Parts: sequence; structure tokens; C-alpha cells
Amino acid sequence: MSAVAVEPVVRVENLCLGLQSGEPVVDGVTFSVGPGEIVGLVGESGSGKTTTALSLLGYTRRGIVVRGGTVEVGGESVLGRDRRALRGLRGNTVSYVPQDPGGALNPSMRVGDAILDVLRAHRRGGAAAESVRAALERVELGRDPRFAGRYPHQLSGGQQQRVTIAMACVCDPPVAVLDEPTTGLDVLTQDRILAELRRLRDEDGMAMVYVTHDLAVVSQRADRITVMYAGRVVENGQASDVLERPRHPYTRALVEAIPDFRKPRALRGITGVSVGVGEWPNGCAFAPRCAYEQTRCHETVPVLEETVPGHHVRCLRWMELDLQAGERSNGRAAGVAVESAPLLEVSGLEARYRSSRSGAPAVADVSFAVEQGRCVALVGESGSGKTTIGRCIAGLHVPAAGTISFDGVPIAGTARRRPLEVRRRIQIVFQNPFESLNPRQRVRSSIIRPLRVLRRLSRAEAEREVGELLERVKLPARLGERFPVELSGGERQRVAIARALAARPDLLVCDEVTSALDVSVQAAVLELLQELQRDLRLSMLFITHNLGVVACIADSVLVMDRGSLCETGTVSEVLAQPSHDYTRRLLAAAPCLPDGAL
Amino acid sequence: MSDALRFLRTPSGAIGGGIVLFVVLVAALGPYLAPHDPTAPVGIPLTGSSSHAWLGTDFLGRDVLSRVLNGGRSVIGYAAAATVLAYLVGMAIGLIAGYTRSMVDPVLMRTVDVMLAFPPLLFLLVLIAGAGTSITVLIIGVAAIQAPAISRIVRTATLEVSTRGYVEAGIARGERAFAVVGREVLPNILAPVLVDAGLRFTYSILIIASVNFLGLGLQPPNSDWALMISENRTYIQLNAFSVLVPAAMIGLLTIGINLTGDAIARSLGRSYVPRTTRSVTS
Repeated sequence: MSAVAVEPVVRVENLCLGLQSGEPVVDGVTFSVGPGEIVGLVGESGSGKTTTALSLLGYTRRGIVVRGGTVEVGGESVLGRDRRALRGLRGNTVSYVPQDPGGALNPSMRVGDAILDVLRAHRRGGAAAESVRAALERVELGRDPRFAGRYPHQLSGGQQQRVTIAMACVCDPPVAVLDEPTTGLDVLTQDRILAELRRLRDEDGMAMVYVTHDLAVVSQRADRITVMYAGRVVENGQASDVLERPRHPYTRALVEAIPDFRKPRALRGITGVSVGVGEWPNGCAFAPRCAYEQTRCHETVPVLEETVPGHHVRCLRWMELDLQAGERSNGRAAGVAVESAPLLEVSGLEARYRSSRSGAPAVADVSFAVEQGRCVALVGESGSGKTTIGRCIAGLHVPAAGTISFDGVPIAGTARRRPLEVRRRIQIVFQNPFESLNPRQRVRSSIIRPLRVLRRLSRAEAEREVGELLERVKLPARLGERFPVELSGGERQRVAIARALAARPDLLVCDEVTSALDVSVQAAVLELLQELQRDLRLSMLFITHNLGVVACIADSVLVMDRGSLCETGTVSEVLAQPSHDYTRRLLAAAPCLPDGAL
Repeated sequence: MSDALRFLRTPSGAIGGGIVLFVVLVAALGPYLAPHDPTAPVGIPLTGSSSHAWLGTDFLGRDVLSRVLNGGRSVIGYAAAATVLAYLVGMAIGLIAGYTRSMVDPVLMRTVDVMLAFPPLLFLLVLIAGAGTSITVLIIGVAAIQAPAISRIVRTATLEVSTRGYVEAGIARGERAFAVVGREVLPNILAPVLVDAGLRFTYSILIIASVNFLGLGLQPPNSDWALMISENRTYIQLNAFSVLVPAAMIGLLTIGINLTGDAIARSLGRSYVPRTTRSVTS
């Protein structure tokens, strides 16, 4: 931004927040946002990014207290104000777009009334209905005059999010705080929302603080990027500068964790687990996971230093490190091009939901094959039927028509009717790691179960293998004694993978296994799956909506649109020369890094 | 079993557990400690406290203390039997309806709706009129009143848990429905299902007491806390102990059970072991 001299609309200085019990959550965060500027606030879960963003609204979550620092929005100080003053401020000077619009909109309030509510709180009388219409028009929901009379449940996720954005900008606040507004939306919707936000900024000059864990999402839209780790800002600068010349090892690791279909590379996860509140080490919080760490890193907390004007980094070694050299491999390390017999063959598959009142099947006439040792990706938006296909293969959903053959033999629709050997050889890993492990069982017993049931091992034999399996997924054997609540999302997903591997499967169905994980954790899980596939000669059906992930893990790809396959081919063909219009749109919408990025 | 008894470490669990233990001990050991025969008159009716009868005498001149010490077994025993039976039946129905997701579900649930439509006391009276006055009929009747509501809660909880990955993993392994429900579903629905177990137990006591009061349940001269309240309630001015002490015992039991129930439900909601430091992976 050229306007350096212009007074910033948001100024956060030395903000310190902590738990009531004393542990710091946010420590000395300083940043500012100029008028009409989009700042990306990036970090893994637990980095304090949302806590920081919420403080711009004068809000702290329960149990969190302000320890020091100032937050100024639109020239007014926010911290320490009473409720009344904050009410005048919120929505008028600074507004908020939540992560989950379905949960944020009042289900018993028509969307027009919800927008009117915000107006009434800040504006007196006059042309209210007109303003509501204008607000909906701004987010491109104005065409249908009846739209304002709808209830949230009648809208799609994308429409709901646009309504919250309309609510956020109806009073023309100079600043909006966006908390992961596109997480949970599919790629096409995400792209539309991002374009909309960009347009709002360009037309109305609204400044935005965009909170996300995914650098790729903000990389093309943000003017500046602030990277947080363990409650501190570790790097902060112009977006292009941060992405092209990251000075902090953490930023570089984050960039390297992004799967980008245009620049496929061997993904590298960040080793270790993000530190939680109350676990901060003495020195640099990133040191335990850093590849460049030295003794002194563990002793002193580095200060935020200016590298070039407008670019700050918090690293003791930023001057000596050259973080440019990231070797770029060609994604899939030379896919073994040996023609092999198909292990799984699906032909003419049709599946319906029992509850669906309309006659349209969820999946119609889908045929494909997965060859031995290959990874086939199944791509599509939410609701395209890709998960249903995975469930049919795993024996959890009975197809209405068509056949599924495994190793040349047609198999039954329900798992119970399949022979033991088939059940053992096909394993599935589910999307949500927080729901895929029984919370009442120790990790060990979750893994023992398939060993006992599917491989008929004795208890003693099964016990012996647990440690081996945990090691296989790169978890320490002692984790077996833990309960799932004690594990992070990434660790849980590894346990779920170990549970599937326990059966010694030939085919692994991975249903959106990384979509609930942070980008850095996703990279580590993908790395693991790749390695397992190579070492165990696993065949995989990888269900995902992320084309970047497809590029780095799959050999061939199937694109689904509204229940049927619209394009199939090898990954390189489909991603480089998509023939179907839908694939082209998916590719155009996929978030990726700008050309110059590391 | 230290995991299962963890709730005792919370204040409400410790206090509630203590109260329940006290009332249960009184009910269990009372008959051996009672100074007099609970059914024989020992003096003038409705006298106050004396060295002979510490809590005075009731409307027939029987020793109130002895009757209190003898009167707990039936209240606790029948109410507990009815509540346990109600949970067994209700959970079975709810689990089947919620887990199978077939036509069994609407059939069972509509039946349950019909059951819920009956006024509970009327239902019990009709049952007693038909099957006669007996303890078995009373217990079955009270269980039948409670089971439908339990089955609804169990069904809802089961529906929610059944879509989780760990349940589906079990189904995909081809395990028998019984094994999947027992291992994966049941342990995870216990917390919401048992939250109101205390209230239900209290309600069982209430219904049994009502039926006793109407003369259709336990018959005099049996000693029973509920029966004592109904027998002596007209004479409360003359010997308050004859009503207040059995009422206090039922009250204590109710409070104790509810406190314990809350504590158990809360400890089930958490993990079994305290959170330890995160491990470093890979």
C-alpha cells in the first residue's frame, strides 16, 4: 500500500491476554491495519490468532483477561470500555463475520430481519427496508425480492455466509474482522466469497482482518500477512514479501505445507505438535520444532526485528539463514507406471438416500477402477456424492444398483454379508478425527479391535502389534495408553490410520481425511499416507475437495459433479488440460500461492 | 474400579454418596436396631418424644423410631427395582429403535407415544384393577410408566452416536450388532441417559407412595415411610416426628441420589484420566 502516511484504522500495540489462572495466551502482539487494507492473520490452531482478532471487537472469550496493551479501532480505544460503549462500536465501527454461519444466524429470524436488527441498533429511522435491500445487493443476493423473507435453514452454506457478510457491512464500518469465513465451504463457494470480500474492499474501502490457518487462502487477497505462533507475532510484512522471502523458519514451513496443484512438490509437515497455552518453552516458542534451532534459541525469546521497511521477523538467526532453497520435486515421486490388474472395480453404481423425497439418486451410474498399488482421487464439491461412493465400497451404504467387484469378485452391499477376508482387505478412514475414535476406549483398545476381529489374533499377539502399528504412523508407543481426548487432531487421525492398517488392508478408502486438520498437520498426514502407500503397496481411494492435495498424492483423478463422474484421467492430464467445464471451474477456484512464492 | 468411582472425588459426589450411604444403611440395618416391634402398640397414641419412644408414637401408639428403621427397605427396594427395570426395558427399546434405523424404529416409537399419552396414575390403577394388588404388579406398573420416556432419550442419543466413525468402523468390520452396540454405542450414550436417573428414582418413590396412599399398594400394618406419612399426616400437630422423620428420610434419599447422579453424569462426560502433557510426534 502506498498510503503509509495515512492514519491506520486499527492499531494494536503490545497486546497481552492471558487465562485467569495466569498463563499467557497472547503476548505482546503489535500490528496495524490501514484504511482499505486486508491483513491476513495466519497461524495454526492455538496460536492465539482468533483471540487477538476478537479483541478488536473488545471481546474476550470466557476465562481470558486483558493483561496489557492497547487496541484502537477507528481512532477509539476499545479495551476497558463498558458494554454500552462496545455495543455502539460493534457493527458500526468494527464488525465480525463468524466461522460457522449456520450457527451464527438466529434460525427463527428471517435474514432481512437479522440485517434490520443491526441497522436498528445503530441508525435512527428512515428507509430501513431500502438499506436491507442494498445490503443484500452488495453481496449479490439482491436479485430475488423474496430473499429477505427466507429463514437461514432455507439457504446454502455460501448464502448464509453472504448474509453474515451483509450484516457485517450494512452500517459501513471501516473495519471488519473475518474469522475463517470460508472454512467448511467448498472450493467454488470459497472462491466466490473471497472475490466478494475483495470487491467490498475495493468499492467501499473497508479494511479487513482475515483470520485463517491456511496461507493459500489469503495469499492472493491480502495486502499484508501477520503470522502468529504461540501467542506471538513471528513474522509480519507485505503479502508478496512474506510468501516470496519468508524470514522465519515457521513461515517457510507453513508455505511448504501448502499443497498447490500448480506447483506440486513433496509436502513437508512441520515436525512436532503446536505448543498449547501454558506449554510455552523458555526461549523461542518454535525452537523445539525448528530445523535451524541452536542452543541460544532455547534461552532467549527473540524480539521482533525489522528486516526491510515494513517487514518484521522474530527470529534470532534471520540474518544468517537462507530460507530460499526449498527443493522442488515433481509431486508424486515417479508414480510406478507398471500396468497392474484392477483391485477394485465399480460399475454402474447408483446410490440413494432413504430420506430423500426427490427421486434423484445421490450417485448415478458411476464406474471406475482402482489398480493395485495406485492412488485414485475422487474430487467434487460437498453434496456431489463422493462420500457416498466411499461408504458403498466400505459396506456402510447399500447401493441401489450396480456392482462393486473386489479382486475380480462381486461383493455384497453390507459389510456383514462380505467374507472376512474382504472386510479385512478394505479399510476406511473417516473425515472427522474428533469423531472417529471411541472416546471411552484407550487408543490401544481401538487398535486391538481390528486385530482381534479381522485377523483373529490372540490377545497377547494383538497387544504386541499395537506398538508396531503406532510406530508405523509415527506415534510413540506410549500413546496407546491415552484416551482420544488427550490427543490433537493430527494425532487422532494417525491413530485412525493405524486402526485401518491393523487389518493389513490392500485398499484404503480415505474420506476427506485431512479436511478437518490445519494445513501444517495435513501436510504431515499426507506425507505419512504417501510413505505407507509406497512401503505397503496399498491401493487408495482418496476422497477430497482439495485439488492441491490431489496433485501431491494421487496417480489418477475422478471428478464428480452432482452425483456422476464428469471427468477422469491421470492427475497430470486433468490438472493441466481439463476437458470438462466443471473441472475448469474447480481448478480456477482452488486457492493457490502467487507465482513468485517460495 | 477406581475409574468408576472417580465421581466420589467431586464435592457433590462425596456429599451425595454420603447421604445415600446413610439412608441405605438405615434401611438395611434398621430392622436389627429397632428397639420395638414396628407393628405392635407400645404406648398411648401420638405422644411426643420420651425416653421410652425417642420419636414418640404414631396414631395407633406404635413406636415411630422402630417404624422409621423398618420402613426404608420397601421404599428403596421397590423404587429401585422399578427404576432398574424401567431402564432395562427403556434402554433396550431405545437402542433397537435408534440403532437399526429400519421400520422397527417408527413402530416402536409410535407404541411408546401411545404409552406416553396415558396419565401415569390412571394407567397404574387400571393395571392394578386388572391384575390385582401385588408387589410385582406395582413394580412392573411403575417401570412401564417410566420406560417410554427413557427409551426416547436413549433413541435420540443412539441416533447421534451411530453416525460416528468408531461405530461405522465397527459395522465395516462386520461385527455383530450386539457387539457394536455394547462396545461402541452404549458407553457413549450413558452420560446423557443417566443424567436424570436420580429424578426418575425419586419419581418412582412418589408413584409408589401415591399408590400406597390410595390403599392399593403396600397394605397396613406394614411399616413404610410413604405409608407412615399418609397414615399420620392428619395428626402432625400432635406428634410431628411421625410425619417429618419419614418425610425427611425420603427427602434425604432424593437429594442424595440426585447429587450422586449429577456427579456420575459429569464424570462420565469427561475422560477417565487427567490430561497430561502433549506428546511430540513424528
